[in-house]
Amino acid sequence: MRYLPLLWAGLFRRKTRTALTLASVLIAFLLFGLLQAVELAFESGADTADARRLLTTARYSIIEPLPMAYLRRIEQVPGVVGVAFADWFGARYQNESNAFPVFAVDPARYLDMYPEFTIAPDQREAFARTRTGAVAGVRLVERYGWRIGQKLPIASEIHAKSDGSMAWEFDLVGVLDADDPAVRGNTDVVLVNVAHFDEARQFGKGKTGWYIVRIADPAQARVIAAEIDRRFMNSPDETKTQPEKEFAIGFARQIGDMGALVTRILAAVFFTILILTGNTMAQSIRERIPELAILKTLGFSDGKVTALVLAEAVLLLVIGAVLGLTGATAVLPVVNGSTGGRFPPLFVGTGIWLVGLAIAVALAVAVGLPPALRARRLRIVEALGGHR
Amino acid sequence: MSDLVEVRGVTKVYRRGGERIEVLHNVDLDIPRGDFLALMGPSGSGKTTLLNLIGGLDTPTAGSIVVDGQRIDRLNGRELARWRAAHVGFVFQFYNLLPMLSAQRNVELPLLLTDLPARERRRHAEIALALVGLADRARHRPRELSGGQEQRVAIARAIVSDPTLLVCDEPTGDLDRATAEEILTLLRMLNREHGKTIVMVTHDPKAADHASRRVHLDKGTLVTAAA
Repeated sequence: MRYLPLLWAGLFRRKTRTALTLASVLIAFLLFGLLQAVELAFESGADTADARRLLTTARYSIIEPLPMAYLRRIEQVPGVVGVAFADWFGARYQNESNAFPVFAVDPARYLDMYPEFTIAPDQREAFARTRTGAVAGVRLVERYGWRIGQKLPIASEIHAKSDGSMAWEFDLVGVLDADDPAVRGNTDVVLVNVAHFDEARQFGKGKTGWYIVRIADPAQARVIAAEIDRRFMNSPDETKTQPEKEFAIGFARQIGDMGALVTRILAAVFFTILILTGNTMAQSIRERIPELAILKTLGFSDGKVTALVLAEAVLLLVIGAVLGLTGATAVLPVVNGSTGGRFPPLFVGTGIWLVGLAIAVALAVAVGLPPALRARRLRIVEALGGHR
Repeated sequence: MSDLVEVRGVTKVYRRGGERIEVLHNVDLDIPRGDFLALMGPSGSGKTTLLNLIGGLDTPTAGSIVVDGQRIDRLNGRELARWRAAHVGFVFQFYNLLPMLSAQRNVELPLLLTDLPARERRRHAEIALALVGLADRARHRPRELSGGQEQRVAIARAIVSDPTLLVCDEPTGDLDRATAEEILTLLRMLNREHGKTIVMVTHDPKAADHASRRVHLDKGTLVTAAA
């Protein structure tokens, strides 16, 4: 602690340079925190928060449909307390750029499955009753100025009607909203009544995209998932059932191997930081050769001067890392809010903090060692030449 | 008066490329305790080299240097650093203060190597600054001080750990005449009232007048020793 004022003064001798270097370290560790949190979420299994919902899809590909007849059989599995299903519509509204998720659903079952969404009782009733009915999320309603009672013309990229047309029309009978602002931010969705959709489509009648299964006990998730899949084993439509969060992770993994992606990005980022801070430290120490020589003159040993230079590098990197990780910790709740809880929560846990600080210290040693050794080799008489 | 410094047969040779440069040749010098010695001579005569050897900043190629009974030419780098911290105060022509530290922090620097707690270090630094007449400039940084004030801070730093020996390399070389007089008066006061033994390198005969004794070096050899 007694050397802290000396270290601090040395570090901020050139305020602008140190501030800029610190900012780049901060950004690097902010990225580290965010990307590690994403990777962790992708790698982590289901937790109890979302574990009451399971997703059942076709075994080999989620784009393969499943028979609607599975509904009753899944309901009969012990531990299952509710089942809903949804089919991907592949919607375009007005033009190619207006794309949003549209799901063909059984109204009552689906709305029961996702109680976080709210809808007026009369609108819910109308949705269930109207075969051509649709309900839209409040954000879409606000964005396009839709009104209840109007026709909703939506084109599908996947499903043709029996007359071969891809243009569909639904009656907007309700608006989906949410009490939780975070969930409300995720209401860019339209639900259409599967009754009309299934009757009017050209192909795939009697099939749906996936099942959502509510279970009574999250601890039984694995057992129930295995039992559901066992019941459809060796059938033409085998299933794969998993907790909702795992499904989300698997879905996201279609983008690529997140772990490898994160590792490569961070390697590039930290390599840049290594070069940048290495250069800053080298420059800083070069400028302070006479001052280091003075410290040696006053009786600071070679080892002590070496330690001071290394400690300065550690201080720079650790401050940057702490600020960056604090930034990531502060930003992630906002990110979590914007996903409406549909994806696994992202957070900077103790593990990420410890790994981040370890990386900061390792980087500090790497960038601090060359100038520290230079300071160690410094000969007082030569270093003070011209500064006496 | 016993000798504080005994220099015997000291030779210092530097090698630059393949060239051998003998900067000091077989120098003998005794400096009594409480002496104020002016080391004079033309540029390149070896006076700063001799000062460095006496202050433990460098080691001789041959010969011996004893300070306060200790053979400092036999100490290794680590031991020499510890010895300097305990026994020698340094004053340079360009002050050599750390620009990012306040006057007080600069003066405290040698005390960081001691076991003194922060409060005691601060108190010692305040006393040293008061002694050089800069108690009211403790929080100023070097760039906020005049040349004379900077040199006073440097002197305060040199005496804060109460060393036996002060080595001063052209301490007034960067100052105007009036300020130089003030600094020399301060050094003389430290010599007379506080018993500090001072070895001062100077070109300036007026500065040397403040010393109690002067010696001349020429081409690495001690040529005269005058009272």
